[in-house]
Order: sequence, then C-alpha cells, then structure tokens
Amino acid sequence: MMRGRTSLDPTRVALGALILLVLVNAWSTPNFATTSNLWNVLLQVSTVALVAIGMTLVVSTGGIDLSVGSVMAVGGAIGAILIPHGVVVAVAAALAGAVAIGLLNGLLVARMGVQPIVVTLATLIGGRGLAQVLSHDGQLVTIQHPGFELLGRGHLGPFPAPVVIMVLVTAVAMFTLRATAFGRYALASGGNAVAARLAGVPVALTVLTVYAGSAGLAGLAGLIEASRLGASDAAKIGMNMELDAIAATVVGGTALTGGRATIVGTVIGALIMQVIATSLNMLLVSYAWSLALKAAIILVAVYFQRPRLV
Amino acid sequence: MTGEPRLRMEGIVKRFAGARALDGVDFELRAGEIHALVGENGAGKSTLVKIMTGAYHRDAGAMWLDAEPVHFDTPADAQAAGIVAVHQEIQLLRYRTVAENIHLGREPRRWGVIDWTRMRRDTELLLSGLGLEIDPDATLGVLSTAQQQMVAIARGLSIGATVLILDEPTSSLAEREVAILYDLMRRLRAGGTALVYISHRFDELYAVCDRVTVLRDGVRVATASLSELDRPDLVCLMLGKSRDALRQGTTAFLTPPDADGRAPAAPLLRAERLQRGQKLRSVSLEVRTGEIVGLAGLLGSGRTETARALSGVDPADTGAVYLRERRLDPRTPDQAIEAGIAFLSEDRKAEGIIPELSVRENLTLAALPTSTRFGIVSRARQVAIVDRFMARLGIKATGPDQKIRELSGGNQQKVLLARLLCTSPALLILDEPTRGIDIGAKAEIQTLIDELAGSGLGVLMISSELEELVEGSSRVVVLRDGRDVASLAHADLSEDAIIHAMAEGSALAPLPPSAA
Repeated sequence: MMRGRTSLDPTRVALGALILLVLVNAWSTPNFATTSNLWNVLLQVSTVALVAIGMTLVVSTGGIDLSVGSVMAVGGAIGAILIPHGVVVAVAAALAGAVAIGLLNGLLVARMGVQPIVVTLATLIGGRGLAQVLSHDGQLVTIQHPGFELLGRGHLGPFPAPVVIMVLVTAVAMFTLRATAFGRYALASGGNAVAARLAGVPVALTVLTVYAGSAGLAGLAGLIEASRLGASDAAKIGMNMELDAIAATVVGGTALTGGRATIVGTVIGALIMQVIATSLNMLLVSYAWSLALKAAIILVAVYFQRPRLV
Repeated sequence: MTGEPRLRMEGIVKRFAGARALDGVDFELRAGEIHALVGENGAGKSTLVKIMTGAYHRDAGAMWLDAEPVHFDTPADAQAAGIVAVHQEIQLLRYRTVAENIHLGREPRRWGVIDWTRMRRDTELLLSGLGLEIDPDATLGVLSTAQQQMVAIARGLSIGATVLILDEPTSSLAEREVAILYDLMRRLRAGGTALVYISHRFDELYAVCDRVTVLRDGVRVATASLSELDRPDLVCLMLGKSRDALRQGTTAFLTPPDADGRAPAAPLLRAERLQRGQKLRSVSLEVRTGEIVGLAGLLGSGRTETARALSGVDPADTGAVYLRERRLDPRTPDQAIEAGIAFLSEDRKAEGIIPELSVRENLTLAALPTSTRFGIVSRARQVAIVDRFMARLGIKATGPDQKIRELSGGNQQKVLLARLLCTSPALLILDEPTRGIDIGAKAEIQTLIDELAGSGLGVLMISSELEELVEGSSRVVVLRDGRDVASLAHADLSEDAIIHAMAEGSALAPLPPSAA
C-alpha cells in the first residue's frame, strides 16, 4: 500500500510562486516596481478575478461555466444600449440579463441533469450571438456617459474603482464560502452530491444559485470592461475569458472535481497570470511566450493537486 | 442430468490486499445442468465467476475445461474457449442494433467491408433457433430488459458458449419475462450447455436449477442436489448457522425494554403496502416509540428499498406512510428529515461522508438550517454541538477539523449517526449500522442505539447479522422478494425462526412440547 505524499497546500504554493514572480520582476524588469505599474496590474486583473471568483463557486459544486465570456459581452451590450435611460437602469438591466442566462444554465444542470460542460458550451455560443444581435449586428456601440465612466475609470481615493469592486467581491465571496450555510451546501454538493441530498441539503437550489452568481459576476465584469473601453464590443469583450478564469481557479488550488475551493487562491492565481502577462509585455517578449508560460504554470499547479492516496 | 464434468476447478485461491476472497474453492460443473451458485455478500461468488471468465487471475489452484487444463489470461481467451458470462448490468451497446451487438468483434466481412446482409441473416437464424422473436435491426436500447438479456445470451451462444454464466439475470425482470428466460435456459440445458445461475431468489433456484453450490466467506460450504436440500437448510448453509444450536448473547444489545407484559407504546410509524418498481412489491410495517424493530431478509429481499422509501430517498410509487397517525408520504429526504425521520445509508462511503470536509462540517451538515441565522452559520453553536456529540459518542479524531476520510470506519459511522441525531429525529432508520466496523466500535454503536430507543426514539434497523436482530429488536419483520412475510414478536424471536421465515415465508409454528 503506497503511503500518501506529505501534502503541499496548493494555495500556499501559489502564493509562494506569486511572491517569487513579483520579486524576480522587480529585480529584472525595468519599471516593474513602480506604483503606477502595480496599480496597472491590479486594474487589469480585476475583471478576470471577478469572473474567476464566480467560476470558483461553480467549480466547488463540481460543475463548470464556459459561458462567462459571452455573458460579459451580453452585459456590456445591454448596458450600452440602455445607457440613454440612465446608469442605474442600464446597470440593473445588464445584471438582470446576465443572471437570467445564469439561471438558464443552472436550471438545465440542476433540474434536467444535463452536463455542465454541455450546457455552458451552448450558452457560450448562443450568448455571443445574442450580444452581437443586441449590438446591431456586432457593431461597436460607443458609450458617452460620465456616470457610467466611473465604473471602469473612476477612482476611490488612490484605488481604481474596478480594484475596489474586486476587493469587495472577494471579501463577500470568502465570507459566503466559509461562514454561510450556502457555502457549506456548495462544498457538500461538490464533494458528494448523493450524501448531501440524503442529509437534506438543497442541492438543486444551491447549484442553480452558483450558476446565477457566476453569470452575475460575469455581467458585472462585462460592464466594467465596457466602461473602460468607452464602448461595448460584442464580438471581442470576454473572448477566451473562461479559460483565464478556469486557469486562475486551478492554479489557486481549487479542485475541478468539486468539494474543495479557495477564493483567496483563485485571486492569487489570477494575479500570477496577470503578472506574467504584464512583465512579458514590458520585456517586449512576444505574446506567444506568455501563453506558453501560462500553460506551464497550469500544468505545474495541476501536478501539485494530484489526488493523494489515503 | 448426470453429464460429464465440463468445467472443473480445484483449490482456487484469490487474494486481494492480504485478504483471501477465495480460500481453496472447488467447483464442478456438468454438461446439461443448471447449477446454482449462492452465498451472501462477500462470499466470493463474483470473484469465482471472474476467475472462470478470465477477468481475474487465480493465485493458486487449477482449472480444467472438458478435462483439459486451462488458464485464461483475458476474458477473450475464456470466450474463445466457450465460457461466456451474462451480467446483471447489460454489457452491450445500447445505441447499436441487435445484429451489430451479436456480431460485435466478429462482423462477417466481404472484400474487407462488413457484409450487412449476411450479418442480418445469421442473426435471424440464431434468434429463431432460440425461439426468440426479436428484430435484428432493432436498436438494442429500445428493447425491454428481458429482451436485451436474451440478446446477450444469444451473443454468448453465437460465440459458441458451452458454459453460460448468468449473474442475477432476473433482478429487473417481470414475472412473465422470467418465464421466457427459464424456457430458454431449459432448452439450452437439453442441448447440452452447462449453465451457472447466480441468484438470491429461492423460488427461482428451486424452480429451474438442478444442483447448488454454497459459498461462505470464500470457502465452498456445500454442493448438493436441490431436490435433496430443503430451503431452511439452504439458508442455514448460506449463513453458517446450525439448525439446532443455541446462541449465547454475542452483541452489546440489552433486553429490549418493552419485551412482553408491558402496554404497547404509542404508534410512531405505520407503512401500508409500500411499492416501488420490481424490488419493493408490498411491504407493511409498524414501529412504536421506544421500539427497535429489526428488518430481516436475504440480499435482494427489499430491505434497503423499504428504508429508502420511508425516508424519502427513493419514494414509493404506491402505498402510504403515516407518522404519528398523520399521513406523510415523504417524497424527498429533506421532507422526511423535517418530519422527524432520519436515515443512515448502508454505504457510508458513497452516500454518507463528504470526504473532503472535516468532522465538524460533516457532523453539522443536516442541522445547518437550524444552526444558522439569516443564512450565516453560528460558529459558537456549531462548536457546542460538535463537542457534545464527539464526547457522547466517543468519536476518536485528532480534532473536529480533521478530514473525515482519515477516520476509521467506526468513527465515520459515529459522525454520521451524530449528524442524524442533530436533526432531533423521532424515528431512526438504520441500514446496516454496524457493517464493516471493528468489534469495539460495533459494541459502542449497539449500546448507543439501545440508549436512543430507551429515551423514546423509534428505531427501524436493517441488519444481516441475525444475532444483532435477535438480541436488539423488540420485534423483527422479515422480508422476502419485496414483501413482508412475517412479523416475529420478541417471545418468538430466535435465529432459527428468522431463518425459517426467510426461507419459507411464514412464521414458525410454536414447537410442540416434546421437541428434541
């Protein structure tokens, strides 16, 4: 009988890797260790982090949400169209639309038992189409509204608005996962759905809620992107975002099989990806190399998460 | 029926991780016979079959087929030699046609391309030769289970099976379909095929089989002709009991408090004619407060199905459930929990523990709705609950935050029991609560069940261990083939009586005064 390896907590490994990356870059990449650059990294990572946090909650139930990128586009598109009616209406409607897609995902997974990867693949494709239809066949829809600009380009003191939102969402998500019954239900549903059901856990409702939440966060991220761009680009916003979100989740130590999740880890994972992208950009290394490095990091992270023999 | 020995196995040993699943088993199968292979869970039946079919390699022993020594490296080898098994779960391709399934791997070719015409024609001939009216072009998944099984058998025969092994073939069949299967089996027997028949259903064994081999704990206990062995004897062989032996108390159960002479307590649970699918045909029973009612029966008799129907896990199709004389009919587990019915599954690994979560999280899972305020878990209340139960049940762990999968089976079971108790149930339904647990923890759990009943809970306890039932229960309800066939009051309770009810389906008549 093989003995289990002493377990290296994947989140600690990720944190160590992040610190190492930052230090190496501070030393070898010109202009990396400046305040403006560090704010820039945080600003760039905020939308990925939001989507990744939603993804983490979905993954904790043993599912996956491939549609987040398209939901971002839908959120941005709805926001752009309804902006003439005021910021509040536009944002509320965009979030509602995003959540509606999430509910659709959740219903198909929880009530009809369709595999999450299949359901969210369908909404990935359909959502992208919907976003383009809403944007008059995929045109760029510019947004001129000082109130809306605050979302993506405003500041709260020295903190960029998206960073503030990211910190708030992280805190709420951490609290939800650790201290609420709902968080327990999500982990139980992902750890052993049959046992959870027998114990009276409302598995279907929990699953429905995580998909709605993931889509809601994606919608918010889409609005932030649209605000920063000053326009909704239904064809491009959120493209491949699902892959970055899944990568962040995995690197941070959340198990893709469900039952074990860490919000902090996901944010660290997102930061790792972003630091790599930023520093390679600053070093004028071609984009292809940053993709290769990301892939390597994902493989290493998954290696550390190999199931331990009990 | 005295044919030549077709398959002979001698001294077969098979070990798994140090334990002997088969410990020197002999087995002899004759041409033109239907040979039953019986034994309880873990007796070694499926291991023996897997060695016959080449799915496992034997660690020791020898095997002869038609007097030639054989050794199969893979199931394909065994099939080539004529040994084919048809499993309980249909192992064919649901989305392909009958003809394709029958010829899978041996499709007739013409110039390198599949000859569909010949395939269909061969299939038609095969099926009609067996008296089966099945369309070769029908998609397999569309056929009834019985028909699918016929196709599996036909496939085996078309490969040239001279030894056909049927593993629980009737578990999903209706009675009419079973008759069709028997007809086919008898025809095969007449043609010289040797059949091995694995089943728990006594009626079937006595209806269609010639001889029986009984396995118990990896050892062959007996081989006999079914015409010479009566049912109670067969059950005794399977369970390892002697008809006459008296047993001393071997469990930790004390004499049930309301054994005879006391006024019956208030009725707690009443179930009337529960039915679900084929496995649960009609079960009625009653549990009173403070009673431990044992639920006995052989494998496949419907005990777990009854428990799951009562606790809303697999709700009954027809029938009624009353809790304290009010109609309940739980359709989901949380409905049952809310009403005060708590269920402990027999498979704690698959249906009990959430492996990645801690002892504390597992323990408090079912009680979360009552220990939270506005959805936020009250940590203080959780800690109090966990400390109390860990002390009371003697749960051994490095601490409440240890991952539950690291605990021993006995301690895991205690955590699951604590989880149930947190919901303040009125009725506990326990499916094999002490299975797979070391002796010490077993005794502790038995004592705990006693205490709970003493404090007013009603308990419905499924157990395969007769001592547990005899010593722990105020009453035992015996199930057979999905029906309740006997209810034994404490005065009439003995292992012999339970065995008799399991075999014959009725309570023993009281012994005449001059019995030896």
